[in-house]
Amino acid sequence: MFDDFFIRALVAGVGIAIVAGPLGCLVIWRRLSYFGDTLSHSALLGVTLAYSFSLNIAFSVFVISAVVALLLVSLQKRTKLAGDSLLGLLAHSTLAIGLVLIGFLSYIRFDLMGLLFGDILAVTTADIGLVWIGGSIILIILYFIWKSLFSATVNYDLSAAEGMRPEVSNFIFTLLLAGVIALSIKMIGALLITGLLLIPAAIARNISNSPRQMIVIAILSGILSVVVGLFASLEINTSSGPSIIVVALLLFIISLVPLEIKGQLQKR
Amino acid sequence: MNENNNLLVRLKDCGVQKSSKWIVKGISLEIHKGKIVTLIGPNGSGKTTTAKMALNILKSDEGSIENYSTKMAYVPQKISIDWTMPLRVIDFMNLTSHINKDEIIEALELTGVQHLIYNEIHNLSGGEFQRVLIARAIAKKPDLLVLDEPVQGVDFNGEIALYNLIKEICTKLNCGILLISHDLHFVMSATDHVICLNGHICCSGSPKSIVKNSSYIELFGEHNAATLSLYQHEHDHSHQTDGSVKN
Repeated sequence: MFDDFFIRALVAGVGIAIVAGPLGCLVIWRRLSYFGDTLSHSALLGVTLAYSFSLNIAFSVFVISAVVALLLVSLQKRTKLAGDSLLGLLAHSTLAIGLVLIGFLSYIRFDLMGLLFGDILAVTTADIGLVWIGGSIILIILYFIWKSLFSATVNYDLSAAEGMRPEVSNFIFTLLLAGVIALSIKMIGALLITGLLLIPAAIARNISNSPRQMIVIAILSGILSVVVGLFASLEINTSSGPSIIVVALLLFIISLVPLEIKGQLQKR
Repeated sequence: MNENNNLLVRLKDCGVQKSSKWIVKGISLEIHKGKIVTLIGPNGSGKTTTAKMALNILKSDEGSIENYSTKMAYVPQKISIDWTMPLRVIDFMNLTSHINKDEIIEALELTGVQHLIYNEIHNLSGGEFQRVLIARAIAKKPDLLVLDEPVQGVDFNGEIALYNLIKEICTKLNCGILLISHDLHFVMSATDHVICLNGHICCSGSPKSIVKNSSYIELFGEHNAATLSLYQHEHDHSHQTDGSVKN
């Protein structure tokens, strides 16, 4: 019925959406969307380094994202700049370094559009294995640190006082975020990964009233965006990443409707 | 190791330094099971910082901290929950440990907010949220309870009821309590040990001894000190209905 590459993209995309759901919720709760952006911009540098030294792309992206996250922490301690300025500095300088490096690698045929916006044709069977195994590992780790991470999101001091060791879980969370970016770069592209983290969680926030519900809805709307977005991408021949994000945006607009109705009812 | 089974926390000459300035210095205190220790002092005198040292949130830059508590519960002074998170009271009650529903309801009943159990935290008033915070700490059944201005924003009657509850919990759970409070009446009538802070320990001791201390009077002013001495005075005799003294 469908081409093999399309099935592969669907299977990988659904896996990414499942992992992105809970992590996206945390990104929203902790107001880390710009942090996610920084990590994904630095992912481009990871990809070019992977090509230069013929490394595994996901591995290289993960390492670079983790390094950028650590750099941020140490810069925050050393400078007097606010977090958002440092994030901007890191985001754009890593993106720039990545693009400069691409210039040097002229002997390799580069699909820059693919890197920035995702390419479903690029998803191989090995990538599916990577997404599902890597994704499972991320979710299992997240399950074990959840209580600590969640309580620290609500209040850091309270979490620390009551023996939750939030400093450890915060650090692990950063690595998990780097992990999910590494898994999804091929599919969604460096510029749009944060969208897949954020928008499904934002949809979920509109229509849920408990943390658990929000996570489940984030996962479901992520899956729906991926499936519909990939079909659209196939039908009208557009890049996979933007198509998925546009579908997610449409779902977000739809999710505003119940909010609007509720508001109207309350006025009466 | 722990020579005294009732000892929960011991701070010995502790202090916290921030950008080469000491926020508090030379703090020594002990918290025992079944006793209430109160920190009083003006704004910025290091009360919260001292409490955070006792809770192991802040490391001391000098001296030593011994903590034998197995379960601590904390009611922070200021807590703002991001509206990006859909959090109900019941979710909040389960924040750091799983507590079964009956116990959650029981604790919320104690602070008078059981009807709010499924409400979103953001829709609570300041006083209601404060009651939920206290209920959460109690429901954990801690052996060390640290309360940082726990009744802020609570209505007048509620304030008295909550202070009585704190006293009651202390006996019932046999837990140690470290309380930061501006309510000198409660401090003087219900606590076992008072520490008067102003960057360092100005004076400390039993409520009775402290109201006579000159540095206490200096810190809180003649007027307050006098009010409280008067309060103390009430304990050694009783009044008739017209105000004249019995005997």
